[in-house]
Amino acid sequence: MTRLRLGYVPLIDAAPLIIAHELGFAAEEGLQLDLIRLGAWAQSRDMLGAGLIDAAHMLVPMPVAQAMGLGPALPPVDLVMFLSHGGQAVAIDRRIEARLRDQGYPFDFADARAAGQALRRAVEGPLRIGVPFIFSTQSDLMSHWLLLSGFAPDDIRLVTVPPPMMADSMASGEVDMFCVGEPWASFAVERGIAALLLPGVSIWAAPPEKGLVLRRDLIQSRPEQTGALMRAVWRAGRWLDDPDHRGTAAEILSRGDYLNLPPELASRGLGGRLIVLPSGELRECPRFIAFNAGAASFPWRSIAALMASRIAARHGLAPEPAMTRAMAHFRTDLYREHLRPAGAALPGASSRIEGALREDRMVAAEKGQMILRADGFFDGFTFEPPIGTSSQN
Amino acid sequence: MIKKLLIVVVEPDPDRAQPIADGLREAGDHDIRIIAEQSGLARQVAELRPDIVLIDIANPSRDVLEELALAAGPSERPVAMFVDRSDEQMTRAAIEAGISAYVVDGLRPERIKPILDAAIARFHIFQQMRAELAATRAALEERKIIDRAKAVLMKARGIDEEAAYAILRKAAMDQGKRMAEIAQQLVMAAGLLGR
Repeated sequence: MTRLRLGYVPLIDAAPLIIAHELGFAAEEGLQLDLIRLGAWAQSRDMLGAGLIDAAHMLVPMPVAQAMGLGPALPPVDLVMFLSHGGQAVAIDRRIEARLRDQGYPFDFADARAAGQALRRAVEGPLRIGVPFIFSTQSDLMSHWLLLSGFAPDDIRLVTVPPPMMADSMASGEVDMFCVGEPWASFAVERGIAALLLPGVSIWAAPPEKGLVLRRDLIQSRPEQTGALMRAVWRAGRWLDDPDHRGTAAEILSRGDYLNLPPELASRGLGGRLIVLPSGELRECPRFIAFNAGAASFPWRSIAALMASRIAARHGLAPEPAMTRAMAHFRTDLYREHLRPAGAALPGASSRIEGALREDRMVAAEKGQMILRADGFFDGFTFEPPIGTSSQN
Repeated sequence: MIKKLLIVVVEPDPDRAQPIADGLREAGDHDIRIIAEQSGLARQVAELRPDIVLIDIANPSRDVLEELALAAGPSERPVAMFVDRSDEQMTRAAIEAGISAYVVDGLRPERIKPILDAAIARFHIFQQMRAELAATRAALEERKIIDRAKAVLMKARGIDEEAAYAILRKAAMDQGKRMAEIAQQLVMAAGLLGR
């Protein structure tokens, strides 16, 4: 058995790593995983950089920002696969909830356009929005949705708040709203602090949320172990895609050494059945989080370009070099090499127009056909990545 | 005469913050401030305009400082990232000690080094203490669960404590597991059976 140290931050989307360990997918590949719970995203980045962990569960935009040179000078890291899509929820405080209720807002937890318009009518002045990290899918989702909902750039104040502190931060009036990965939104609802307005997937149907990130020198010097880890995590993701397994997953994740919360809380996001109001209303959202289905784990280089272009815009950097650099760190080549033998369906291309699929669609694969998940934005936004050598393979 | 450096230590636990501050004072004539209250951390740090910020690597509030580190608005003083970029060894030593340091851009490495060395030494001590405490706690928990499993066995089979212990030990050896794991399973099964 080879030992690998994996860092994760306690969220339901750490499930593929925890399940790979707990259900023996890692052991089948000859790996013994040491799962290390981390307190901060920056800790994950630094420990990976210093070689104190071998692989990390990381926000997808983090390796993009590193590739762009934003952050400390640490050895290069690569994202080898996505671990999850979705899993985020947008929460509002009780004051905004009451104003929305006065408008007759239905709290459908589904329609991003209607929710944005209702919010615009309910809120005056700037909106302070908690997000887990400066480079996060949550930041992108919030900016995209609020700008299109009639909020001026100056009225959108993104504030970094660590996920377990979101509820407290709202309770003390530091934020009016937040977007965070489960179970931390449900945790705030459970404490009577927040109401849930939308799932992340209502803004963008397939927002890549976490990725498996390793140091490039480790990938190069230990290719067998990298492949073994990817296969173990991929199989865990496939297991997690079965709705019947989600309850068991919630039980395992909730244990004291992982999330250390009541299993009922983790089961809401994992099961796609969320209590949206403190008064107890339940909404079904079957596509709330995905791990592997519809090629969710495939690390499209066009996603790297999309995220790089947005980070570049926010930091006043030139988009073209940012996109080119970021794309080279999303390792579709390794995904193909290591997951082909495991039987993963592989798309014909590694880059595509993002946001183009309104519905799940059958497409040509490397071999035969495969289903790609719907990935449309609520407003029909699409993103065309730069064409070049880095989009190949 | 070199200007005094303003060093901010973000640490909610006063028993930890004080020795760190003392260690830093021994390292030179610096102005040391401790921030214990983590709400509004970004604002507090921005207002102090420190030269160096020291914080536990695992403190979730670090991510709040990241935002500040990358903000370079005209009114904010850009806190550049991390330890001197050329000194990989020191960076690594700091990370291993569980410390993260945000250093204002342009501060000379020879001014940073003694401060970080002092901080690293103090953080090391706390990390050891924390590991020992965690080990003690884990051992206590194991003792508790084994005691409960023994009680279940004694009641169910009408045996004494020594015999119950022997059964647990044998099961653990036969299955190649730790006694605490066997005890945990037994207690859980007993709970399901309503015993």
